[in-house]
Amino acid sequence: MTTAEPGPVDFSDLERETLRCVLRHMIPASAELGVPGADDPLIFADILRSIQRDRWRVGDALRVIDALCGGGLAGLADSDQEKCLSEFRALHPGLSGILESAAARCYYRDDRVMASIGMEARPPFPLGYQVDQGDWSLLDPVRARGRIYRDAS
Amino acid sequence: MNEPVDVLIIGAGASGAAVAWSLADTRMRILCLEQGDWTRPSDVPSTGRDWEARTLEDFAISPNRRGLAADYPVNDDDSPIKIANYNGVGGGTVFYAAHFPRLHPSDFRVRSLDGVADDWPISYETLEPFYALNDRMMGVSSLAGDPAYPPKPSIMPPIPLGRTGEKLGAALNGLGWHWWPSDAAIATEAYEGRAPCINLGQCGSGCAQGAKGSTDVTYWPEALRARVELRTRCRVSRIETNQAGMATGVHYFDAHGTERFQPAEIVILASNGIGTPRLLLNSASDRFPDGLANSSGLVGKNLMLHPYAQIRGHFDEPLDGYRGPPICTWSMEFYETDRTRDFVRGYCFQFSRGLGPARAAINGMADGLIPWGQGHHEAFRRLFNHSAGMVSVCEDLPEETNCVTLDPGLRDSDGIPAAKIRYRLSENSRRMLDHSVARGIDILKAAGARDITSKAPLSYAGWHLMGTARMGRDPERSVVNEWGRSHDVKNLFIVDGSVFVTSGGVNPTSTIQAFALYVADQIKSRIYDLFE
Repeated sequence: MTTAEPGPVDFSDLERETLRCVLRHMIPASAELGVPGADDPLIFADILRSIQRDRWRVGDALRVIDALCGGGLAGLADSDQEKCLSEFRALHPGLSGILESAAARCYYRDDRVMASIGMEARPPFPLGYQVDQGDWSLLDPVRARGRIYRDAS
Repeated sequence: MNEPVDVLIIGAGASGAAVAWSLADTRMRILCLEQGDWTRPSDVPSTGRDWEARTLEDFAISPNRRGLAADYPVNDDDSPIKIANYNGVGGGTVFYAAHFPRLHPSDFRVRSLDGVADDWPISYETLEPFYALNDRMMGVSSLAGDPAYPPKPSIMPPIPLGRTGEKLGAALNGLGWHWWPSDAAIATEAYEGRAPCINLGQCGSGCAQGAKGSTDVTYWPEALRARVELRTRCRVSRIETNQAGMATGVHYFDAHGTERFQPAEIVILASNGIGTPRLLLNSASDRFPDGLANSSGLVGKNLMLHPYAQIRGHFDEPLDGYRGPPICTWSMEFYETDRTRDFVRGYCFQFSRGLGPARAAINGMADGLIPWGQGHHEAFRRLFNHSAGMVSVCEDLPEETNCVTLDPGLRDSDGIPAAKIRYRLSENSRRMLDHSVARGIDILKAAGARDITSKAPLSYAGWHLMGTARMGRDPERSVVNEWGRSHDVKNLFIVDGSVFVTSGGVNPTSTIQAFALYVADQIKSRIYDLFE
């Protein structure tokens, strides 16, 4: 969905597998809310398409994760995956933030997700939004207090 | 060689546009060279479903992250505050939030009043008519009667308070502290061909509606009608001089990467507080071995960035969320020096509404308020559309050790050395940041907020680039005189934030543009002895 050129992302199979596993743990699907997880095929494809500016740091993060779990994250039992990712987040908050940002940027524009949080599936322009004017009389006490700036002469 | 022009302006941003428009009535031949291009309203993020993501991608505020053809890299590794800018017609005004405060009268007299830094060689009264003219040109919405300022007229009704402004305003009233709707360069009604704001909420990445006053939709259309020439995708590499020590023109790379020379009688730098010293330093020659206009040694020194603190909280009831101009109201309660505090000078609070869903999720996870796993959805829903907060804009006092130099290795796509930043927070700034965080938390608690977070300094907040070619009457202590002319090169002028003597504690665009209009006025009124 991003207007940036897709370009060659060329994640390896292991990187894709690890990334998808990370996404599933980060934002899982919820049957109760009727929302997909961040590892949903459509969202995952969107993330892969949109990740160019972070390609190399995402790669770094995935390598660190796989190293922490002694091989491929996806091959571990669910509880071990969770443990490994918890350790990763504690040790590498910067890299963790890269993955979170890459995931959230795409997850929170998916039509199904937008509907579930009460947002219309549309860009802000051209319809815009309504904002209340608010109660301007709240400024009366500020006026009553009088001038607060200093004389400079 | 290109045909000579009378006036050559480098940069089509906030100040370049203002000075070009003002000088147009002289009928001189005026040319502006801009390294970027026009931003089409139909291309800005708010026109697409990926509106939030693009503010972190091709519309990111960091030139290093954007990495577009118009951008030059900035080495800001040695600074806790990272540089933000936009390279294109309109410059930083395409990306700014349009928060439009003026400096206060006391900001021009900091040495006399508070015994720190230096007084400006001009006063609030000097700039006042140019502030007013600029407000009309940019289309500023405001509410007259703010007790934190000398009287100033209102051109259009203010931006809405919304639920956020009401909530925080009531809390500030309870504390007995000042607040007021922000002056905003956002048209709240149809104004000079611009459509009114429809609360897109995306001021910081270009306004598709054209309601926000960026100079590509304010000054430039009028300047172009008055026959100013604007040449885009032209990146200036250095300024040339002759044996008399006068500027003769500039070397630049055109859209095809071909290097050209543009002769000019007058050269005006409007390239911001990083781009201007970079260009002056890169214009070193046998005649000016330390860089052009640098006999004082102060080109690139005294970089001021405005350290920001960000304090945000969350409320039980829904607020404005992602709707409406992100800016809202301001407080000048802690702006003036108070000797009972442990710092001099002060700061303003700029209150802001909520975030879009992606930003809410990114920040929530980074702040530890939204967990990974099953708890993600519930936590997200507690925060989204329920947040409000503020940034403090802290006055940054000048220090020569905070500086812009040329990077010995890094270069832009045309081979021009990149700017390298060295910046440290002073003890005064740290204390001011701490104070603002504590007072910000006071405000949010008084408003009933929960899950309060703070960041100080805010790292991605190097929007305000000031002080690197300061003005003054003493050529040994300043780069340009009190009307923007270089002490060393008599036909070279600077009109951007580089000339600021001190930073004040408010967003600088209004003052940068008022100064540019003032310099243009001085050039016009002194035209017959301009170089004496």
